[in-house]
Amino acid sequence: MKKEKKSRRRYSETMYHLMMLPGMFFLILFSYVPMVGILMAFQDFVPAKGLWGSKFVGLKHFIYMFQLPDIAKIVRNTVTIALGKIIIGTFMAIAFSILLNEIRHKFFKKSVQTIVYLPHFLSWVVLASVVVNMFNLDGSVNQILSAVGMEKINFLGSNKTFQPLIIGTDVWKEFGYNSIVYLAAITSIDPGLHEAAAIDGTSWWKRVWHVTLPGMLPIILLMAAMSLTSILSAGFDQIYNLYSPIVYESGDVLDTYVYRIGLVGRQYSFGSAVGLCRSFVGMILLLTANRLTKKLTDRKIF
Amino acid sequence: MIENKSFSSRLRIVIIYVIVILLGLSCLFPLWNIVAISFSGSAAVTANRVGLLPVDFTLAAYKKILEDSQFWRSFLISVARVVIALAINLILIVLMAYPLTKSSKEFRGRNIYMNLLIFAMLFNGGMIPSFILVKELGLLNTIWALILPGALPIFSVILLMNFFLGIPKSMEEAAIIDGAGPLQVLLKILLPCAKPCLATIALFSVVGSWNDFYSGLIYIQRPKNYPIMTYIQSLNVDIQEMLRSGMNSSALQNITELSNKNLNAAKIVVAVIPLLVIYPILQKYLITGIVMGSVKE
Repeated sequence: MKKEKKSRRRYSETMYHLMMLPGMFFLILFSYVPMVGILMAFQDFVPAKGLWGSKFVGLKHFIYMFQLPDIAKIVRNTVTIALGKIIIGTFMAIAFSILLNEIRHKFFKKSVQTIVYLPHFLSWVVLASVVVNMFNLDGSVNQILSAVGMEKINFLGSNKTFQPLIIGTDVWKEFGYNSIVYLAAITSIDPGLHEAAAIDGTSWWKRVWHVTLPGMLPIILLMAAMSLTSILSAGFDQIYNLYSPIVYESGDVLDTYVYRIGLVGRQYSFGSAVGLCRSFVGMILLLTANRLTKKLTDRKIF
Repeated sequence: MIENKSFSSRLRIVIIYVIVILLGLSCLFPLWNIVAISFSGSAAVTANRVGLLPVDFTLAAYKKILEDSQFWRSFLISVARVVIALAINLILIVLMAYPLTKSSKEFRGRNIYMNLLIFAMLFNGGMIPSFILVKELGLLNTIWALILPGALPIFSVILLMNFFLGIPKSMEEAAIIDGAGPLQVLLKILLPCAKPCLATIALFSVVGSWNDFYSGLIYIQRPKNYPIMTYIQSLNVDIQEMLRSGMNSSALQNITELSNKNLNAAKIVVAVIPLLVIYPILQKYLITGIVMGSVKE
């Protein structure tokens, strides 16, 4: 009897390993092999010679990178755009969820939700056309501006307006979808608290400030910690589809830079070096975020 | 609750409705405008006369698309890619999620696998080593370059693992006593319970594959083999360059591409239709997906 149990356990364990096998194959091939490929950041990599035939040059590309005046600018663009998206995006999502929660008319509420969640599911390729259509010199926004007697603005072609445009359109795409989490948090607040406050005659503003927002705080902290991880990815898809050489000054971010210089310009080693720094800092941010979330709430990211 | 009916609270409700309606319209109008443009005549589009309703209503753009073989080629590549990627994703995710629910006592090595998964989430080789790998594997310009690098979505594995952990153990134990092996337990007991989670994962996969233009940009160098979003992106480029460089479109009226604006709008509309078709299902499951998304431990 005992022996039978043991052999059965063995069988189960073998099955578990077999079940892991296909997935692990792809994980090793497409996640871990490229990590070995990072070696090329320390080489003058030539594709024809391969990873084992190319010459090692130590930290050459890293030293070059830190001497480039472009890099500081690109990191600054990346962080500015990402922080702008996180801060304004979070604020908008929270505000929208509070407003939406006040609406009692069910059909109306559902319709609004259906509309504002939609942009999240559309590709930036599609939305870039939409944004260009709205914000180019003859677009609706400039038509409105000139109708009220203001000067037209070349939103996509000016370094003054490009970052705000990128942040604004990303907030526009995501505020609805991001509000879902906050809406769920609001509905889980004990309605008794609101009733008690209402009976005391507390104003709506004060109730939002003293009941709703504190009730949402754990989720707000969780989402804020998680968004830390996106500080180095300002959104390749969006920026790639909207930028142009005139706005590289304000719009070029780490990912677009690596793509242009490393991949299109075929500076594979230099591109990998920039990519490695990005991945490394990204990892530290993710670990920090995970630790923060664990500390602040009872949840964790992974 | 008399004070609730007071003037100020009524005013508050009105203001809230107005703000919410404005936000809703801000999402609807830009998208609707593209639809209106796609049904309008070229002249009206070029003169920017199209707002909410089509001007000089015509189906010309859609008729043109019907004859555009490259558009349908890219469309079909994307359909094939979505279907194959979905099948591969689901098989790999389901097979992996179940053994990972076991303790490291029942399944020695479980923690090693888990750490490999987590580390791959934390750190990656980056764009260029991945490109070189795909190139070395001879996958460039094939549909597999779009599918295989994303064959294992780690986030979804962890999502399903957590869902399995939430299913009462007693069900599984009963089946094991009846002599069921791991595969039977997974297929007959756990999967039927995990339908909402599987739906969420499947939808993540479908939307991600359909919308992805990045893999096409990097791994596909022959425009003939572009998936739909990369194809549409390649259409946008020329016109956007001109508009961004500050030229006024009235100065460009005689450039033929600009009169293609309604054709491109129609292409965008057709490329988005598959998503609109599944949008009602998306709304139902992705919302549960987000709530499941933050792991509680």
